[in-house]
Amino acid sequence: MSAAPSAAGRFGSYGGRYVPETLIAAHEELAEAYARITPTAEFQRELGDLLRHYAGRPTALFHARRISEELGGARVYLKREDLAHTGAHKINNVLGQCLLAHKMGKRRIIAETGAGQHGVATATACALFGLECEIYMGAEDVERQALNVFRMELLGATVRPVTSGSRTLKDAINEAMRDWVTHVRTTYYCIGSVMGGHPYPTLVRDFQRVIGLEARRQLQEAEGRLPDVLVACVGGGSNAMGLFHPFLDDPGVRMIGVEPAGEGIGSGRHGAVLCAGVPGILHGQKTLVLADDDGQIFPAHSISAGLDYPGVGPEHAFLRDSGRAEYVAVTDEAALDAFVWLSRMEGIIPALETAHAVAYVRELAPTLGRDQIVLVNLSGRGDKDAPTVREILKQRAGRADG
Amino acid sequence: MSRIEACLTALRRRGETALIPFISAGDPDLGVTEALLPALAAAGADVIEIGVPFSDPVAEGPTIQRASERALRAGTTLRRVLELVKTLRPKLDVPLVLMGYGNSFLTMGGVRFAEAAREAGVDGVITVDCPLEEEPEYYEALAACDVDAILLAAPTTSEKRLATLAQNTRGFLYYVSLTGVTGARAELPPEIEENVARIRALSDVPVCVGFGISTPEQAARIGKFADGVVVGSALVERIERAASREAAVTDAADFVAALKAPLRPARGTGVP
Repeated sequence: MSAAPSAAGRFGSYGGRYVPETLIAAHEELAEAYARITPTAEFQRELGDLLRHYAGRPTALFHARRISEELGGARVYLKREDLAHTGAHKINNVLGQCLLAHKMGKRRIIAETGAGQHGVATATACALFGLECEIYMGAEDVERQALNVFRMELLGATVRPVTSGSRTLKDAINEAMRDWVTHVRTTYYCIGSVMGGHPYPTLVRDFQRVIGLEARRQLQEAEGRLPDVLVACVGGGSNAMGLFHPFLDDPGVRMIGVEPAGEGIGSGRHGAVLCAGVPGILHGQKTLVLADDDGQIFPAHSISAGLDYPGVGPEHAFLRDSGRAEYVAVTDEAALDAFVWLSRMEGIIPALETAHAVAYVRELAPTLGRDQIVLVNLSGRGDKDAPTVREILKQRAGRADG
Repeated sequence: MSRIEACLTALRRRGETALIPFISAGDPDLGVTEALLPALAAAGADVIEIGVPFSDPVAEGPTIQRASERALRAGTTLRRVLELVKTLRPKLDVPLVLMGYGNSFLTMGGVRFAEAAREAGVDGVITVDCPLEEEPEYYEALAACDVDAILLAAPTTSEKRLATLAQNTRGFLYYVSLTGVTGARAELPPEIEENVARIRALSDVPVCVGFGISTPEQAARIGKFADGVVVGSALVERIERAASREAAVTDAADFVAALKAPLRPARGTGVP
C-alpha cells in the first residue's frame, strides 16, 4: 500500500500527469531533481535543520485529557501542527519544495492559496531563501482574508487577485498554472497540497510524512504502542496524507479523513469530494472531483476556505477505493461547534479546517472503548478564522434573541 | 487517408498554407456557431477547430476563457456540440476538429466519445491536457473510429519526446509557437522556424503552428514554413466585439478571408 505510486505516478487508476504539453518537461525536470537531490545526505541535513530550528519541529503530541474524559471513550491525542512556524503543517511542504527549488537554480516561486495559509508559508520560505514570490489568490478570498494578504505582502510576496471563474481556490490554481506555462523555464510552482501532475502528489506527501513519523515515535514513547485510529481533515489532503502514510502498512491502524459537508451533502453546497465526487481530470491529475455529467467542475462550498476545493489528492481517492482509509463528512455547523468546544475545553483554538476533524472525533470517541487511542492531526491554529467565527456567532446570538 | 490529411496534402502540393481558425462552440450561443462554420469555410478556412468549453481551461488566455464562460452560460455541452456537427456535416466539406480538455471528453467515456465523434462526422480531436501516455485506451478508441487524435508539441518538448509525438500524431502535429497560454501577441518568438525544422527532420507529418498568431502578416510569416496556421484568440475577439450576432459572423468571415489571402500561392509560382 505504501509502495504507490507507480513509476508513471499512478495510485491505482488515479494520479498521472494530465498537463498541457508545455509543462511536461517541467514535470520531468522536477521528478528527476526530486529523485536525485532529496535523498542526498546534504539535502536531508539542511531540511532537517530547517524543520528543527526554523519551523520548530518536532511539534508536540498532546494527550487531550479533558476532551477524552468528556467524550467518555477513547483517549484522544492531538498532533500539534498548529505549533509549527506560520501556524500550520503547510510549512513542512514549503520548506522542502523551496529548498529543492533553490538547489534546482530556480529564482522565482509561484503558489496558489485559498485562505492564505499556504501563501503565507510560501512567502515565509521565499523570504528565508531570498526568492522572488508571487501568490495567486481568488479575488473573493482576497477580500475575506485581508490579514493574510497583508502578511504575505509584509513577507515580500506579490499577491495577485484572480477574478476569473468562481474567484476562489480552484481559479487561483488555474491562474498559477497559466503563469507557470508562461514562465516555465525560470519559475518553480510550489503546490500547496498532495495534488497536481506527477510527481507533486508524491513529493508533497513525502515532505509531509514528518507528521506521521514523529507522531508514531511520540505515541510509542507515551503509550508504548500504535494508535487505533488516525483522524485528519481533508481538503486537498496534505495533512491527512502526511499523518496516514507512515501507518499504511500497519493493518491495525484505522484512518479516517474528514471532509467538509458544508450545508449538507444533500444541499449540493459542500466540498465532500471523496464522499460524493466522481472520477475526473482536474489540475494535472485524475482523481475524484465535483462535476456535472458534462464534465464541468462546480465550485465547492465550505465555511473553511482551506477545504473549499472541488478535487482531492489522487492518493486519497486510491485509499478510498481500496478501503484502506475511510472518509466521512462534517457540516459547517458541526465544525463551528467543535471550534468553540476545543477552544474552551483544551485552550487550543483550531483552524476551521482542523475543526472538522475535531467535530468527527466528538462523534467517534464515545463509540470506542477506554483502551482505544485516537490520534488527531491538529493541522493548524485558528487565529486566522477568529473574525469569521465572531461574525457567525454574533448572527447566531442575534437569531436566538429574535 | 483522413479528410484532414487529404486536405493538408493537397494544399502542400499546391504550395498553399492551410488556415485553421479556432472558435469557441456556443460563443455567444450555438446558433451563432451554426452560422459561423459555413461562413468561415466559405471565407477560406481549410480546417476549423471548434473549442469545447470547459469550466477550468488552464491553457487559455483571457479571451478564450471569456468565450468559454459565455458558452457555458448559454448552456453549451459536449453533446450539443456533437449534435451541431452532425447537423452541419452533410453540408460542409471542411474538416472539423474538436479542441477541449480531458474531463469533457473522458466524462462521456473515452470509447463512447470516440464513437459519438465518428457518428457526428468529427474529423479530429485535440485534448489539451491529456498526453498520449496517460490514456492509451482513449487514443486507441479514437484511432479505431478513424478520428484523428492531433497531438501538441511545445518549445519545451524534448527531442526524444518530439520524435514520439511526430510519430503518433494523426492528421497533423500542432506546434505551440510559444511558452504561454492562448492569446493574441504583437511579437512571436523568432525560433519558431528553427523548431518546426527540428520536427521536419524527424518526420514528414504536416506541422501546423498556433498560439499568439493574430494578424495576416504574422500568418504569412509562419505560413512560409508551416503547413498550416491556427488563429484563435484574435478571431474570438472579433466575435466578442461584434455589434450583433449577424455582425459576429460577417466580421469573423472577413477576418478569415484577410488571414487566408497571403497563404495562397502567388500566381504562377505554384508548385506543379
